[in-house]
Amino acid sequence: MSVQDPQPNSKALVVAHDLAKTFDVSAPWLSRVIERKPRQLLKAVDGVSFEIERGKTLALVGESGCGKSTVARLLVGLYEPTRGGLTFDGQDAHAAFKSSDAKAMRKRIQMIFQDPYASLNPRWTVEAIVGEPLQEHGMTKDEQELKDRVAELLKSVGLSALDMVKYPHQFSGGQRQRISIARALATAPEFLVCDEPTSALDVSVQAQVLNIMKDLQRERGLTYLFISHNLAVVRHVSDKVGVMYLGQLVELADKHTLFDNPQHPYTRMLLDAIPKMKDTGRARTPVQGEVPNPLNPPPGCSFNPRCPLANDRCRIERPVLKNINGIKIACHAVEEGRH
Amino acid sequence: MSLLQVKNLVVEFPSRHGTLRALDEISFDIAPGEILGVVGESGAGKSLTGASIIGLLEPPGRIASGQILLEGQRIDNLNNDQMRSIRGRKIGAIFQDPLTSLNPLYSVGKQLTETIQAHLPVSDQEALQRAIALLQDTGIPAAAERIDHYPHQFSGGMRQRVVIALALAAEPQLIVADEPTTALDVSIQAQIISLLKNVCKKRGAAVMLITHDMGVIAETCDRVAVMYAGRIAEIGPVHQVINHPEHPYTAGLMASIPDMDVDRERLNQIDGAMPRLNAIPKGCAFNPRCPQVFDRCLNERPDLAAVSRSGQNTPTQVACWLHHANTLEGVS
Repeated sequence: MSVQDPQPNSKALVVAHDLAKTFDVSAPWLSRVIERKPRQLLKAVDGVSFEIERGKTLALVGESGCGKSTVARLLVGLYEPTRGGLTFDGQDAHAAFKSSDAKAMRKRIQMIFQDPYASLNPRWTVEAIVGEPLQEHGMTKDEQELKDRVAELLKSVGLSALDMVKYPHQFSGGQRQRISIARALATAPEFLVCDEPTSALDVSVQAQVLNIMKDLQRERGLTYLFISHNLAVVRHVSDKVGVMYLGQLVELADKHTLFDNPQHPYTRMLLDAIPKMKDTGRARTPVQGEVPNPLNPPPGCSFNPRCPLANDRCRIERPVLKNINGIKIACHAVEEGRH
Repeated sequence: MSLLQVKNLVVEFPSRHGTLRALDEISFDIAPGEILGVVGESGAGKSLTGASIIGLLEPPGRIASGQILLEGQRIDNLNNDQMRSIRGRKIGAIFQDPLTSLNPLYSVGKQLTETIQAHLPVSDQEALQRAIALLQDTGIPAAAERIDHYPHQFSGGMRQRVVIALALAAEPQLIVADEPTTALDVSIQAQIISLLKNVCKKRGAAVMLITHDMGVIAETCDRVAVMYAGRIAEIGPVHQVINHPEHPYTAGLMASIPDMDVDRERLNQIDGAMPRLNAIPKGCAFNPRCPQVFDRCLNERPDLAAVSRSGQNTPTQVACWLHHANTLEGVS
């Protein structure tokens, strides 16, 4: 598949090159033999390339099943890519994850998960939860130093050092997510992958967590990959935005360009679907149709059954991500100027 | 006359450590054909309000005092059998997760005709025709064929359409929709919201739309009630509440939502979190988080009072001492 190479960029900390992950979702071997069914492969992520500059935030948006979370898991090494690779600070990250030096790489890349009710061990104290990465990576000498570091981390996310002795159930959702952030920050990583970090939270609490994340980024020069389905949140936190549809990036642009002048019909549809606070009672024509089954994506451009601009070419030929007027976009209609 | 009236509703949960008051003197009404939004954070009591109205309050929760009237008749003191004839027939319900509100073992046609025949005296054939018409109305393509399909054969958005069809089956006058789009993607959410709005308008059904999403409220509702810690903080016409929030909580909530049109380095945040039911502060429940708190808020609980702005025929009602000072005892 011809996906454009990301331009070599000395400032980029993270470079994903043609990342792909295919899951085998076939029926068991015996059923396949008896029913003469072929193997079935699900292309969760199919050739995604992007780069993130140091200290910046790239947001990935898209609907359920578009492969956002799979990209996140590929970046932290929870999945091994089927194709393509990830360069982190000039090093091949996936090679590093497998080498004897894996810990050094893992220390630099950490992840925050969506559900703070599921991602914290309910039987551990906050001290154990936040202190584990420190011990695992041999970053503390003794008990007292560990306590001091945990206290410091808790304070950096707006919790009290006294919270150390408590268990997760004693905290509210927003406070739990702060504990997750403190844990992710324990190894002083450079790159944080945040998979829907605020979607389980109420709006007033979401604002608290987003503010903390922005403050930490400024203080520590962190680089974020921020995954969300909420475009307003993405607009608030990101520098660049990638829009995903069925395992592929369909548009990748600077935040302002993307929100002020969306090009891809899917991006425009997503933006149009957000309920607006200002015009109450606005009538709108929602886009019809739903995301197709990823096991059996339509030929050509995967968005073509829902796209108002689709023509014959879109139904046959799959568009690739190209530089058009300074943004990266995968759309025949935009390329041909018929939008 | 109001279709639904809720008067001083109190819902309590007895527990080992004393009785918890989950809803505390809630009063509001819904006019025929009106869409009332109920918004608030988790634990504010939105869903409990809905559950009380449709008579599905989970024990040990119970209505401790107050009344719920549907077309002037009390429905809060009915027994299960009496309530059953109202639920579905007069009040329809839509819940968050369409997969758990449909029976996986019956085809959607079976579920629809069963509901129709439970409430309306129609023949099998007529019930089937109605069921197909309902599916068509809710935007399911090839309804006549899909009527024999089972819930797992539908996608999430299509399932929620079936649930809406089911809620409308016996032509109720009121639909209680509890977070109907929370489990859906944004593009599907937009479809479902406009569907709900249109089919209810067509049939003249009123809707009580419970959600935590202010955007959905803004786009759909006529009036909105903002709930906090089991009480109504503010209730009024939706554009009024959104553009000129009177209660500091509403104002904080609105400011904490990231705005698509404005760039801000930091979002306004309301510090702290909503109190737990066993630790609701004295006076105004919002006082520990309120930026404009003063002495009176710490001791006395404010009731809803109208704040009239010029040119407003349906004034916003706010439970806040700031406004009581202005409207009632303020400068003459």
